[in-house]
Amino acid sequence: MELTRRETLIIGAAALAVAAVPLRARAATVDDLIAEFTGGADVAEGGVELDAPEIAENGNTVPIEVGAEGASAIMVLAAGNPTPPVATFNFGPLSGASRAKTRIRLAGTQDVIAVAKLADGSFARTSKNVKVTIGGCGG
Amino acid sequence: MAKNVRPRVKVPKKAAAGEVITIKTLISHTMESGQRKDSDGNAIPRSIINRFVVDFNGENVLDVTLEPAISTNPYFEFEAVVPEAGEFKFTWHDDDGAVYEDVHAIELG
Repeated sequence: MELTRRETLIIGAAALAVAAVPLRARAATVDDLIAEFTGGADVAEGGVELDAPEIAENGNTVPIEVGAEGASAIMVLAAGNPTPPVATFNFGPLSGASRAKTRIRLAGTQDVIAVAKLADGSFARTSKNVKVTIGGCGG
Repeated sequence: MAKNVRPRVKVPKKAAAGEVITIKTLISHTMESGQRKDSDGNAIPRSIINRFVVDFNGENVLDVTLEPAISTNPYFEFEAVVPEAGEFKFTWHDDDGAVYEDVHAIELG
């Protein structure tokens, strides 16, 4: 099979994308991730709602809900996972309320952290300890 | 290429102008985290959906960055304002470059 120039470019781009993944995975600690999200601004405690079960029997699918009045973005981190990032919600102009529910994986008992960018540009965080009896990240 | 990927979306058929509605979405996807090992001890490569976008008539409602810590079959429940009749467009972006789309129309009433 002969490759056209276009196909070669696509393969090259795919290879680059694959190579970029481990770089991000290495970007490490929770503090670093929060600093990256806030751009180094101060983060106040409270002002963010984080709903998570106290005890999760199965860490493979833990229901959580995050919300913050007028927030434009909320980042969720799991401090005890092999890679702490969980998800970042960006709320657009047609978002009804800055809140969302999803299901996440937790490797073990740990703190789940939510950091919100509030309407006035300031940042707030909250965390909740979740006890996990069966871990959900494999390995 | 992930197999058997199927988006499922629940949107009300009608809403009043300016009403805030709740939308539920779920897409079947293995969301292989890259942390698991197979029976020979080799790491199973990561294969997840990394971005989920919701638009209404071209204007953004929600844009989520997903990481491997999102569960298998990613589920999202959120709220959206309906200013006029139109279409919600849901887009999931897979690690392998695949894009899955679903469109739901909503009427005023």
